[in-house]
Amino acid sequence: MIAGTKFGSRLITGTGGAGNLAVLERALLASETELTTVAMRRMDAENGTGVLDLLRRNDIAPLPNTAGCRSAAEAVLTARLAREALETGWVKLEVVADEQTLLPEPVELLEAAEQLVEDGFTVLAYTNDDPVLALRLEQAGCAAVMPAGSPIGTGLGINNPHNIELIVARAQVPVILDAGIGTASDAALAMELGCAGVLLATAVTRASDPEGMATAMRHAVLAGRHAHCAGRIPKRFWAQASSPGVPEP
Amino acid sequence: MKVTANGQVHELREGALTELLDALGTPERGVAVAVDGRVVARGQWSETMLTEGAKIEILTAVQGG
Repeated sequence: MIAGTKFGSRLITGTGGAGNLAVLERALLASETELTTVAMRRMDAENGTGVLDLLRRNDIAPLPNTAGCRSAAEAVLTARLAREALETGWVKLEVVADEQTLLPEPVELLEAAEQLVEDGFTVLAYTNDDPVLALRLEQAGCAAVMPAGSPIGTGLGINNPHNIELIVARAQVPVILDAGIGTASDAALAMELGCAGVLLATAVTRASDPEGMATAMRHAVLAGRHAHCAGRIPKRFWAQASSPGVPEP
Repeated sequence: MKVTANGQVHELREGALTELLDALGTPERGVAVAVDGRVVARGQWSETMLTEGAKIEILTAVQGG
């Protein structure tokens, strides 16, 4: 549930990195996602409306992002263009600091979030795993906070699980683990830590078998969610027998 | 009149935004237009006149994120 909209899947996917649209389509269908990110770029002969047509015919909602933006002003303009082009007030807000890390630029990010909320957008903010900034973004009116497990595209998984738990513990809005997922166990861990969902792209689109990895991610998100709700056992230092007493032949 | 659209210089006769969009084969849906950093809503396209040197950005959704 994000901003009053209920989704049947807790897996949000991206579309970047897929070799072609046919591969992407099979992967998205296997993931059973209902919300998928797209980027906004200059229209040219190569950039047709193919990806939008793909999402439309499969009833997957597009979530435009502001990828590539380095300042609040750029991100706000890109979000406004996306709203006009895609007829949606939802935006994955992304303001990165530099190309090497693609980590969020916190000051510009918060500034952009405030402006977009003021302008009536439903803002899903890509942030780092800083519990303080996550709370500030929520207070600014973001509909969801999306901390990175590790830098975009690295597949390094969740570098600081405790920070993700701290963010979840205080958040009143959904926390969606965004970026850094490498394989299914990373997605399951995000859900076990209490995240409401997972957003991933590269782990699927650049896998040897994108459709197969999408299936794995769908199951991982479900498994992690069930495990979180079921309540894991506390960790113990010493063994504890799971069979009663000792055998008496 | 010369304007710059998506980084390319274009020569227009009348200077209407729709003259440029038609010349570029811009589809009706799935795109957005900004003129000099301001979004021009689709409903305003037909009544927007460009000025000499205007910078126009025409964006669409692509694979990403």
